[in-house]
Amino acid sequence: MPSVDQVMAEERAAAFTRRSIKTSAKLAGLKLVVSMMDLTTLEGSDTPGKIAFLCRKAMQPLDPRYQAPSCAAVCVYPNLVRIAKKFLEQSSVKIASVATAFPAGLMPTKLKLREVRGAVHDGADEIDMVISRAIFLAGEYERVFDEIAATREACGAAHLKVILETGELQTYDNVRLASEIAMRAGADFIKTSTGKISPAATMPVTLVMLEAIRDYFYETGIRIGMKPAGGIRTAKEALAYLVMVKETLGDDWLTPALFRFGASTLLNDVLMQLVKVADANYQSADYFSLP
Amino acid sequence: MSRRKPNSSQLAIVDRNGEANGRPIAKRRLDFGERWSYAPAPEANRYIKLRNRYQLFIDGRFVPPKSGDYFDSINPATEEKLAEIGSANEKDVALAVKAARRSYKNVWSKMPGRERGKYLFRIARLIQEKARELAVLETMDGGKTIKESRDIDLPLVAAHFFYYAGWADKLKYAFPGRKARPLGVAGQIIPWNFPLLMAAWKLAPALACGNTCILKPAETTSITAFHLAEIFQEAGLPDGVVNIVTGPGETGSALVNHPDIDKIAFTGSTEVGKRIASVIVGTKKKLTLELGGKAANIIFEDAPIDQAVEGIIAGIYFNQGHVCCAGSRLFVQESVFPTVIRKLRDRISTLRLGDPLDKNTDIGAINSRSQLDKICELVDSGLKQGAQLVQSRAPLPAKGYWYPPSFFTGVTASHRIAQEEIFGPVLSVMTFRTPEEAIARANNTPYGLSAGVWTDKGSKIFKIVNQLRAGVIWANTYNKFDPSSPFGGYKESGFGREGGRHGLLPYLTLS
Repeated sequence: MPSVDQVMAEERAAAFTRRSIKTSAKLAGLKLVVSMMDLTTLEGSDTPGKIAFLCRKAMQPLDPRYQAPSCAAVCVYPNLVRIAKKFLEQSSVKIASVATAFPAGLMPTKLKLREVRGAVHDGADEIDMVISRAIFLAGEYERVFDEIAATREACGAAHLKVILETGELQTYDNVRLASEIAMRAGADFIKTSTGKISPAATMPVTLVMLEAIRDYFYETGIRIGMKPAGGIRTAKEALAYLVMVKETLGDDWLTPALFRFGASTLLNDVLMQLVKVADANYQSADYFSLP
Repeated sequence: MSRRKPNSSQLAIVDRNGEANGRPIAKRRLDFGERWSYAPAPEANRYIKLRNRYQLFIDGRFVPPKSGDYFDSINPATEEKLAEIGSANEKDVALAVKAARRSYKNVWSKMPGRERGKYLFRIARLIQEKARELAVLETMDGGKTIKESRDIDLPLVAAHFFYYAGWADKLKYAFPGRKARPLGVAGQIIPWNFPLLMAAWKLAPALACGNTCILKPAETTSITAFHLAEIFQEAGLPDGVVNIVTGPGETGSALVNHPDIDKIAFTGSTEVGKRIASVIVGTKKKLTLELGGKAANIIFEDAPIDQAVEGIIAGIYFNQGHVCCAGSRLFVQESVFPTVIRKLRDRISTLRLGDPLDKNTDIGAINSRSQLDKICELVDSGLKQGAQLVQSRAPLPAKGYWYPPSFFTGVTASHRIAQEEIFGPVLSVMTFRTPEEAIARANNTPYGLSAGVWTDKGSKIFKIVNQLRAGVIWANTYNKFDPSSPFGGYKESGFGREGGRHGLLPYLTLS
């Protein structure tokens, strides 16, 4: 297992934020960000009414004249998958659902798997599972692997995103190791965070995971996707993530098939910037519908 | 962790990924193309006021050279003429020395350290205020990227003045129990790779210690020194405390040979350094030399590889490799050699080469035609001697002097490219098997300026660095500079230290 040097990893991550993304590059980048968005609501208070807002926004984030793409997916709790399915059936927007006892992941594996199967049965295209940090930090890596592999099987045709909850793993070496375990156990995507723990996604943590993805690709030829989630709130930050993906994994990863943002407040800031680049002036936030 | 055979569902991912991207899986190559390309992001330079002619700066005023001769300063990225620079001959140098001697005797050496410090603080603040303008000028004149002149050169220039301003009134505490006195008049000859930064490295400690200076910038990068002179005027620095004479090698030679100079400080090539040393022998002049290097950057198998690759990049491609402490000899432990090479190959294809004023440019222009010729000649020798060249495929602009980021594999210690300083973006990669071999190979050079060590094991770092014969050694990082840290070489990389408390010593006599 390669080790990670904290100082140099953070320095490298900071270098991406100093790229200057202007004019046509900015416009193309912002549209790409929208198309990579997993528009997320994961509140205890989520109702079908709230999901309706979210789904409508994901399908058409902005007035058609700006030619903004639809979001990649909406991300909801399993018991709301059926509702989301109703709204999104005719659209290209995927339904992602957090299963496996989100966000703590502390529940018997059997029950977690049942939850996953239920969500897939209800129409989830993608399952965002959490690893058990308790088991990982206790050093029982085999069990972490086995649980991911079992979830992979329970997913059937659905894509599997594995949430490492990097804020609880804390060290980059842990993040690197957890990424390796997840990829080898069958993850389609690895994902930083639940959004319930601070810090959530950061540039250096995402970089360490992208580097793990790169090594896995070198070794196997398999392209694993990446999803930073939580904590990315501005268009500027999102563009810096795109720069990081482009310069770490190359152009092949600049697609919603391999890179996603897990976010909710980010979308309207991106749209606001998009309109600004297109019209050359800022609009009031009141012109952007809330998800 | 466990490694298992892929189960059937993993194989399914292979298929899915293959379909999703429409590319054959067997092609395990990253594609650093232009599917999402960065639009040009040029730093504005229309407000920059270049003078048509830059005169010599002697005794606080800009004066035409006695010879009446001027030479052109070229923007190496466009080959356009920026300005004409006055060419100083022996008479001009004599005037500069006279002014420096007078201000040393009458003003600067008599001034309390606290007052000298005030001037240096004021200069530092003015540099910060004009940092962006100076960075743009530095980039236009020398070809280095705006990213580096803005984020590295100028902040360090100001930091050096701030740092030594702080020492000016504390010299008696720097060397307890001893009396520290200035030397007198210092002649300071600086190179073209970091024009303002090298000026700061030389001037700040000399002035803090109470010496007066004659600065001789490099021929291809004189312009920013004159803008620094304007800052000295604005700061009210007494006339003659700093004088600037520009010109070719002969100007420097006149300075070195002038009898009324107490100290020569030179940064540049080992060849010229040796000549200066032989001229000065037997005179009263004190000497410090900061010369060439061929630094070993050593990567052990237990290193954090992805970060080490960043260290390789920072080591050799920083400032187009025009860095005396560049990590130009890379030693990779054989077990991780294929991994490191593969990553390095991918990494250099992400380096953006082009307009140095574009904020996204990583690799700027080569400083001069003659330096480009020297790089090409050494690369040819590497090819002739059978080493394998890997180069970035970045297209080179039609005008200007450019060299793509490159590295050689299959290099041995007997290759010229492993022995001679290339001073360009060209790395020589070699392998080793054991720590002992790494140390022996790293020390197998007439130079000894710097080195780098990459390992996750702390005890190994200390074991290795104590046996490397180099003045500056970085562990798990490379090319990091700070005014409080002394810098200088072993062996043919020179003697004397610049930076830190040590950097005061070459400008003082202790009694």
